[in-house]
Amino acid sequence: MPAAPHSSKRATGKSTRVTRPAPELIFGDLWEYDPAPETADPKLKARYDLFIDGKFVAPKSGKYFDSINPANEQKLAEIALAGAADVDAAFQAARRAYDHVWSRMPGRERAKYLFRIARLLQDRAREFAVAETLDGGKPIKESRDFDVPMAAAHFFYHAGWADKLDYVAPGRRVAPLGVVGQVIPWNFPLLMGAWKIAPALAMGNCVVLKPAETTSITCLKLAEIMQDAGLPPGVVNFVTGAGEVGAAVMGHAIPAKVAFTGSTEVGKIIMRSLAGSDKRMTMELGGKAANIVFDDAPLDQAVEGIVNGIFFNQGHVCCAGSRLLVHESVAERVLAKLKNRLRVLRVGDPMDKNTDLGAINSREQFGKIRELVEAGVKEGAEMFQHPCRLPAKGFYFRPTLFSGVSMSHRIAREEIFGPVLSILTFRTVDEAIEKANNTAYGLSAGVWTDKGSRILKMSTELKAGVVWANTYNKFDPASPFGGYKESGFGREGGRQGLLDYCQLV
Amino acid sequence: MSRLPITKTPKVYVGGAFIRSESARVFPLKDAAGNFYANIPQCSRKDLRNAVEAAAKAGPGWAKRTGYNRGQILYRLGEMLEARAGEMADAIQLGGASKAAAAREVAASVDRLIHYAGWADKFEQVLGSVNPVASPYFNFTVTEPMGIVGVIAPDTAPLLALVSLFAPAITSGNTVVALASETQPYPAILLGEMLATSDLPGGVVNLLTGFRKEMLPTFATHTHLRALCGVASADERKALALGAAESVKRLHLIKVEDQPDWFADTAQSLYAIRDTLEFKTTWHPIGA
Repeated sequence: MPAAPHSSKRATGKSTRVTRPAPELIFGDLWEYDPAPETADPKLKARYDLFIDGKFVAPKSGKYFDSINPANEQKLAEIALAGAADVDAAFQAARRAYDHVWSRMPGRERAKYLFRIARLLQDRAREFAVAETLDGGKPIKESRDFDVPMAAAHFFYHAGWADKLDYVAPGRRVAPLGVVGQVIPWNFPLLMGAWKIAPALAMGNCVVLKPAETTSITCLKLAEIMQDAGLPPGVVNFVTGAGEVGAAVMGHAIPAKVAFTGSTEVGKIIMRSLAGSDKRMTMELGGKAANIVFDDAPLDQAVEGIVNGIFFNQGHVCCAGSRLLVHESVAERVLAKLKNRLRVLRVGDPMDKNTDLGAINSREQFGKIRELVEAGVKEGAEMFQHPCRLPAKGFYFRPTLFSGVSMSHRIAREEIFGPVLSILTFRTVDEAIEKANNTAYGLSAGVWTDKGSRILKMSTELKAGVVWANTYNKFDPASPFGGYKESGFGREGGRQGLLDYCQLV
Repeated sequence: MSRLPITKTPKVYVGGAFIRSESARVFPLKDAAGNFYANIPQCSRKDLRNAVEAAAKAGPGWAKRTGYNRGQILYRLGEMLEARAGEMADAIQLGGASKAAAAREVAASVDRLIHYAGWADKFEQVLGSVNPVASPYFNFTVTEPMGIVGVIAPDTAPLLALVSLFAPAITSGNTVVALASETQPYPAILLGEMLATSDLPGGVVNLLTGFRKEMLPTFATHTHLRALCGVASADERKALALGAAESVKRLHLIKVEDQPDWFADTAQSLYAIRDTLEFKTTWHPIGA
């Protein structure tokens, strides 16, 4: 090995530390990427009906609403608007399927249907990814590499449980609950559907599910797969529409359990509306996660994780790392690196394979993000936004950093559900823990440090259902997900999640 | 001339001390024959809030104890109850139970404590998991106590039901604020004395006596109570659920109309411990 040029200095014991920072590669506008659009056919229908009892049926009211592409505000398809009678028909179908078919079928046979669904979804993965991106606005690289494969993985994982339920609750026998009502959000439409449907079916329950009104298409495409898989009619039913349809699903007399993923605000409304019904519930609600960076963390890796933590899916993630807590001694360096990293984020056409941040899901959500960002400015936090060009049409929000944030600021307390990061600092481990836990939420947290023992110390002290160490926003069907405190109750995924879809007998 | 016995002034056990209600109110307890027995503290909503504060102070220390240590303390509580079984049976008989039935209830309560004492250093091994994720992470799920648990005891089996409700919660490191049976509060008064001599840190179990109608609304809405376990009527369940929604509180309420059998095998369960646990999943990187 040749002698290093500084070896003589090293030999004298003097510091060889280079004081000049490593050059950052910032190309700015020097080169523009060529467009790289994904062109696979999403195979959309002009009109999507309700999926009840194994068939696509028109809503009794005959009413439909438009689902638009948030990237360009153009209409994609018409979606059936379910009424109370349609919701009732869906629950009746689910109960018939439960009583006569699904609850009597051996677990090993139920498993095969779920395996089939997983495989058929993998077959049509690209088509589903394109449909998801068109309907929801998320970058194609995320729907292609995360949403759809992870949805298939959830069906595959839970399929295998269906004939092994004796191992779910040691010491007790388990039985399905019956029919469950489920309402899911618009941030991961297909994936949330899979999270809800797969464990419910594996355990022997039947399902009536309502997707979010802005993102119904991939659930209804999943219904096509249910048909292709030969899933017995009524085992899974989809009803579409907005909040009042969700209320009808949650409030119906038939379901023994309701499962909801969405905001804490709506979760509380549902809990109140179900008071006195004695129905079982699981709630996966909002978050305001702390992503904690210690001074010994590998900072470049941490910056990637911070960016992934808050800008993944435009920040429309309940477990988004929306509060960055940085060790004071490295805060300036982290902020500088973050700003540089932001400058090369590509915001724009979700269908472009190079796009990092796509479109905000809806005009309504866009307004909410803007309102909270304005509050941040008004309350005195320092804002940095990447000055990129945004498409003229569609809902786009610049990736935004706030530094100098204090715990009392709205942007440090309220869930923004957008690409907005609030940066706070801390000096000691105890202060980091105190600040991280000082919230009504408790869904997730991130820890960045080189020290394994510190990871475990932090993970022990943080009041959150998921703790990511030196990574962020990782998911797996085998890994239970769910919150502490006002982030909800119950778990999804893993053996722990299955137990929330059964009763002990 | 016969000696006049010294009667005991019933006090509730809160924060490791024996106190009267801050409201200075009492209600008379009569024995099965209808004769005056003693005045029982009629605890107020303020007493409940004070008890929650005591439970909050005791919480972190209790949760940090090892399972082995918590198990020994629960076992010690069983020892204390066993040693004073006759006295406790007398307390249960005040409510009209036969001597044999009262003795049976005390014995079952001791056995229940011993059952949970044994779980303290084991439930984690059964309920937690290492999860085989498809990426290079050591992914594991552990349990944690929820924090402060409200317990609402029924009138049937005033000792056994109370023990069956609070024991699983403290086994995992929760602290408890419990409302004893309204019609048969005396076993809980006596139990407080056993808790005090069982090495259980003050504040881990706090026992209140009083009127359900007065106390339940605060049990429902107090945001520091993270879960409620108990037996309730349909109206009470609705009121508790409405209040619980405000802070996304976990409810594990048994229907009073189901007439739960506290002597049944299923009345003690690993899954009663699970009811007051949170699950935490950690993704720890593998590799240098």
